[in-house]
Amino acid sequence: MMAFMKGRVLVVDDDTALAEMLGIVLRGEGFEPSFVADGDKALAAFRESKPDLVLLDLMLPGRDGIEVCRLIRAESGVPIVMLTAKSDTVDVVVGLESGADDYIVKPFKPKELVARIRARLRRSEEPAPEQLAIGDLVIDVAGHSVKRDGQSIALTPLEFDLLVALARKPWQVFTREVLLEQVWGYRHAADTRLVNVHVQRLRSKVEKDPERPEIVVTVRGVGYKAGPS
Amino acid sequence: MSRDSAAAAPGRTGARPERPVGRKAPGSRWGRFLEGGLLQGGVQGSPVLRLVLRWVRRPLLPVMRLWRRNIQLKVVVTTLLMSLGVVLLLGFVVIGQVRNGLLDAKVKASQSQATGGFAAAKQRADEAAAVNGDDGATGNERSEQNIIQMTAWMTDLVSSLSSGGQGAFDVVTLPASTGGDTGGRGRRASGDVDPTASVPEDLRERIDSNTGAFQSYTRIIYNPTADKESQPALVIGKQVNDPNSDPYQLYYLFPLTQEEKSLSLVKGTLATAGLFVVVLLGAIAWLVVRQVVTPVRMAAGIAERLSAGRLQERMKVTGEDDIARLGEAFNKMAQNLQLKIQQLEDLSRMQRRFVSDVSHELRTPLTTVRMAADVIHEAREDFDPVTARSAELLADQLDRFESLLADLLEISRFDAGAAALEAEPIDLREVVRRVVSGAEPLAERKGTQIRIVGDQQPIVAEADARRVERVLRNLVVNAVEHGEGRDVVVKLAAAGGAVAVAVRDYGVGLKPGEATRVFSRFWRADPARARTTGGTGLGLSIALEDARLHGGWLQAWGEPGGGSQFRLTLPRTADEPLRGSPIPLEPKDSRRNRGLNDAGLPCGGGEKAVTVPAQPTGGQVPAIPPRDPIAPRLGAASVPKADPTALPGNGARVVPRPASGARRQDDTPAGDGPPSEEAGQDEESSRHGEASRGR
Repeated sequence: MMAFMKGRVLVVDDDTALAEMLGIVLRGEGFEPSFVADGDKALAAFRESKPDLVLLDLMLPGRDGIEVCRLIRAESGVPIVMLTAKSDTVDVVVGLESGADDYIVKPFKPKELVARIRARLRRSEEPAPEQLAIGDLVIDVAGHSVKRDGQSIALTPLEFDLLVALARKPWQVFTREVLLEQVWGYRHAADTRLVNVHVQRLRSKVEKDPERPEIVVTVRGVGYKAGPS
Repeated sequence: MSRDSAAAAPGRTGARPERPVGRKAPGSRWGRFLEGGLLQGGVQGSPVLRLVLRWVRRPLLPVMRLWRRNIQLKVVVTTLLMSLGVVLLLGFVVIGQVRNGLLDAKVKASQSQATGGFAAAKQRADEAAAVNGDDGATGNERSEQNIIQMTAWMTDLVSSLSSGGQGAFDVVTLPASTGGDTGGRGRRASGDVDPTASVPEDLRERIDSNTGAFQSYTRIIYNPTADKESQPALVIGKQVNDPNSDPYQLYYLFPLTQEEKSLSLVKGTLATAGLFVVVLLGAIAWLVVRQVVTPVRMAAGIAERLSAGRLQERMKVTGEDDIARLGEAFNKMAQNLQLKIQQLEDLSRMQRRFVSDVSHELRTPLTTVRMAADVIHEAREDFDPVTARSAELLADQLDRFESLLADLLEISRFDAGAAALEAEPIDLREVVRRVVSGAEPLAERKGTQIRIVGDQQPIVAEADARRVERVLRNLVVNAVEHGEGRDVVVKLAAAGGAVAVAVRDYGVGLKPGEATRVFSRFWRADPARARTTGGTGLGLSIALEDARLHGGWLQAWGEPGGGSQFRLTLPRTADEPLRGSPIPLEPKDSRRNRGLNDAGLPCGGGEKAVTVPAQPTGGQVPAIPPRDPIAPRLGAASVPKADPTALPGNGARVVPRPASGARRQDDTPAGDGPPSEEAGQDEESSRHGEASRGR
């Protein structure tokens, strides 16, 4: 599957050694990396290279990673994976809330990084025509669109995957760990905050009242499930 | 005290709770009073007395409390009492002096008046005697005539003597008691005075026996017909002879009404003045004390607010007096305190920032090294054997370096108080299953089977899944590593407000005293032992911090060669203090417990209990750590956490226990747990010597 996989990756990192090393690893795995070292130039580079995925360091000169993440997310749903040295709650949660799909804590193993990148890119490989309903939403999986009363709702690929995962088995309660595995592609349990933050983001887009969710329902003590359609 | 009396009542002690909690209702007290005091035939007098005393004192208690707490009230009341005393004393002295002055003048004037009167009476008697001596009447005739004459003379005398001082004095004559002839003469009085009642008896006796003039104080009693009030008076009397040379008593009575009026006026004035003085002094005292007390109260209030954390509070300072100096000193103190605390907070913040920065700065190059090493490692087959082995070592040691760095950063985060709990209801069974499945590969390599016990029911607690999983992974991996290929049992239980997971292995176990040391940073059971798995030496320290962050306990038990058991106890809901653990710390199948069961009688267990060193009592009654998030942070900044076991309240504890069945009194923190069939078991375990770590 690697051969035909689109693999343009924009690496936004100010550490040239790390950036070069990332380039070596990514090229070795068949990706096409491009680099930018400055937060101010990141957006321009993003528009120019039109990457399939962005690797974004949180600490950057100029604009910081959070801001860059927000700007990219404002104009594109392209997967963003944060590189962070801080696994502290606040940094990670702020990063996720500003639109990153996933994060990876330094120091990481090359394989781990590649697995995360593949997991984020994999989605676009398998377009199977499928029509799903969740609550009053209609999901066209192949067309990658979500509609409520004919009005389409813009979701990032990750949010779309999350919604699809829930909608495919509306009878099932998904634990955060299962969602991590299915949507993010984690083999073993990682940070369940990823799920929490993205469920919040998803709800803010698809729920009529995010305070009283009807599409993505919390099952206390267990996880989430799709609301009745 | 009521307990004493009630305990003495036969057959009642069992019905009463051992420790009465809270205040008793008055009714029950009376009941006990009846039982204890009265129904026992009043044998115990003192309890009754004390009861009565307490009954009387009870309504006074608020007043007494106010008295103890209110210095203003104290000073004002004391001032009032003391000034009242002074005024009373002063009043008595002044009134005495005024009375003496008034009476002295009156007495002198009266005495001269009386002396003149006595002289006049004598003169008239002499004159009358001269006249009588001239006529030559005889015997009875003379006597009868004489009596009539004398009666008239006496009446005349009294009226003439009293005529000089109408209202100023009265004159009374009385017959001398020694004179035989009393026959109706002698008893005379001017101005409706009752002669016998107005002259005191002792004065009459003195005048009878002496010839001089005497005086006394008395009250003038008037005849009932006169309709006059009796009044105080000075009476001066003397024995005088009548014209027949028979003695009779002549008294002058000087009313003291005027003097008494003056005196009572003075008294009234003094009383009024005294009352005013006392009240004014009280008021002055109140004002003066208020001037001192108000700043003191303000200082107290502000000190309280300061200690509550509002460091910007300051006293208002006006003037330059002592109170102002107090205020200035207080404010200076508060200022310095604020400064120091801010410095500490800044320091703590800086430290946290530093840790965070170091984390970033170290991790970025480490990431590059890591990736480079992995690339080299991947390509090692193309290298010569030496280089290939080097690449392997590089990759392995980088792993170790990484985990060490991660653990160090984690523990420094705890030390800085930056660790935050993200508690939500989780089912511990799932965490345990995840951990066990994660440890399976290692267990397979070691030939160990991991069994899970007690996972029939959901075991839900509010906890941070990430941290709990980290703790349990650590415990399970440790158990597998030290289990020497024997089974590892993971036991779950919930009871009361607590849930617990115990990880039991049957490996080398722990030597006495090691149960507390396993949690020390970088501690290794056997320094000579090969580090096969390359743990960082921080795992259990972090696990302990994780447990503590939950308000839970992480405790270890072990016996040499008999394996060990690590027990994690968590409160079912966050912020609920733990009282016990559902799982006894020493497992049922410990060697000692089995020995006890086989023999059927308590085996001494002495050799182990003796070898366990007694720990300082600091940990026996752990203070409940404040849940205030500031407190631990400050503590972390100021107290170097060299050895968590040394900190008070951190619960490192080994209790060698005598073999008696008496319940330990100090075991609440170690937690014998809520009542369960294993509670007794757990209690037993303490006899053996256990190490408990809590909080």
